[in-house]
Amino acid sequence: MNMRSDEKPIVRYRNIRKSYGDLEVIKGIDLDIFPAEKIAVIGPSGSGKTTLGRMLMTLEEPSSGTIEVDGELLWHKKVNGKLVRADEKHLHKIRGKIGMVFQHFNLFPHMTILRNVTEAPVRVKGMSRKEAEKIGMEMLDKVGLIDKKDNYPSQLSGGQKQRVAIARALVMDPKVMVFDEVTSALDPELVGEVLNVIKEIAREGKMAMMLITHEMDFAREVADRVIFTADGRIVEEGPPEQIFEHPKSERLQNFLSRFMAKV
Amino acid sequence: MWNRLDWDWDYTMQFLPHMFSALKVTIAVTFASFAVALIGGLLLAMLRRARYKGIAYLAGAFVEFIRSTPLIVQAFFIFYVFPISFNLVLSPFTAGVIALGIHYSTYLSEVYRSGIDAVDKGQWEAAKALNFSRMQTWMRIILPQAIPPLIPVLGNYLIVMFKETPILSAITLMEIMGVAKQFGSASWRFLEPVTMVGLLFLLLSYPSSLLVRYAETRLNRQRGS
Ligand SMILES: Nc1ncnc2c1ncn2[C@@H]1O[C@H](COP(=O)(O)OP(=O)(O)O)[C@@H](O)[C@H]1O
Ligand SMILES: [Mg+2]
Repeated sequence: MNMRSDEKPIVRYRNIRKSYGDLEVIKGIDLDIFPAEKIAVIGPSGSGKTTLGRMLMTLEEPSSGTIEVDGELLWHKKVNGKLVRADEKHLHKIRGKIGMVFQHFNLFPHMTILRNVTEAPVRVKGMSRKEAEKIGMEMLDKVGLIDKKDNYPSQLSGGQKQRVAIARALVMDPKVMVFDEVTSALDPELVGEVLNVIKEIAREGKMAMMLITHEMDFAREVADRVIFTADGRIVEEGPPEQIFEHPKSERLQNFLSRFMAKV
Repeated sequence: MWNRLDWDWDYTMQFLPHMFSALKVTIAVTFASFAVALIGGLLLAMLRRARYKGIAYLAGAFVEFIRSTPLIVQAFFIFYVFPISFNLVLSPFTAGVIALGIHYSTYLSEVYRSGIDAVDKGQWEAAKALNFSRMQTWMRIILPQAIPPLIPVLGNYLIVMFKETPILSAITLMEIMGVAKQFGSASWRFLEPVTMVGLLFLLLSYPSSLLVRYAETRLNRQRGS
């Protein structure tokens, strides 16, 4: 189906399901993401996009199915050929390859901007503070916020906060990063600066990205492949031109026409 | 006896020096048990959020149990029953610190809990996404945000615990109430010693509560509310 089939996926969802109580919100999803691939996930609100990303970040446990990251099972371990739930040590190891940027930034309010960016490399990766600050400053430079390094999050605009959150995740050098509607909580005039930063990172290329978004122009520009979800299933997927110019399913056609009408 | 309400100064001067030196015991037992309560309360609050539900449940049950029985009963158990049951002989001071400290750790665990619950759950998620361990998340992310707003409430509990220390005279701790009882029962004059105990508590706790209120307004101003 795609030309990358000779390559090994960095993320592999296999028959993933997720229920909250009686409500099944993910109804069997298979999805491969290849190294450095940029995937946009679009779909109506409540269709399970966030849940899909959160299960990869280990914030929600799938009810059934498996996720592989870089060839290793994420939520499970094989013991005597049988799948058992992985312990925290295993999760910790795999989690290091995954990063996430949240809709509401979730910066640490009691730390300066530089500290927000350097705390995890120092504490989690055991980097020296000096080395972490060097990389941290590089990342803050990349997102254009080097002059804010000694400020606190409360002193920043929403767009600036989100750029710091992106720098904070990048410093950990993940192989795949989830962006969950990272511009939805921003005032319209601040959306552009954040999307530009993400485009820049996407151009650099080495990291796989899962871009959950309502920004269709952005998805079309950045994504290698677009996934359309509805009711907990992948309804349609393909390259951006196909999804946006020649949508096959009626659900996607309706979704897109409603979107275009709004813009 | 009730017509002898006139104040006996000679008698007062006789017991007052003893009372002043016992005040040191009162203050020491207050701070020692406050330290136990601060640490114990924090541990209980953290255990109640443990990943293993069994541990969380046990911690909750312990809190309910301690809060549902009187402090004086717990103090009696530790001081009079433990030596016999567990062959564990404790001084009145140590027994008092344990009893008062553990009793109030259950109240402080509720205080901590309110502070911890007030931290946005996105903070936990961001910490996890950055792969902080559970302990690092507590120490570096959650508690530094949860605890500062609690300082005035914790200060108030210090004063409450200070005023609870006379209970420990029941397990023979010679704090100021113990001295008052000793002199009172020997001379059958309770007016002077008991009045002085009340006065000493008033003298120390009222300024302390002003201090706590001052800290509270400063903290609120800092947080811009
Ligand atoms: N913690 C939760 N408890 C119960 N239901 C949830 C929870 N999280 C998400 N849901 C439900 O799961 C469905 C999918 O949610 P979500 O993944 O956030 O969708 P999307 O991101 O596409 O809007 C929604 O119906 C939502 O109400
Ligand atoms: Mg969502």
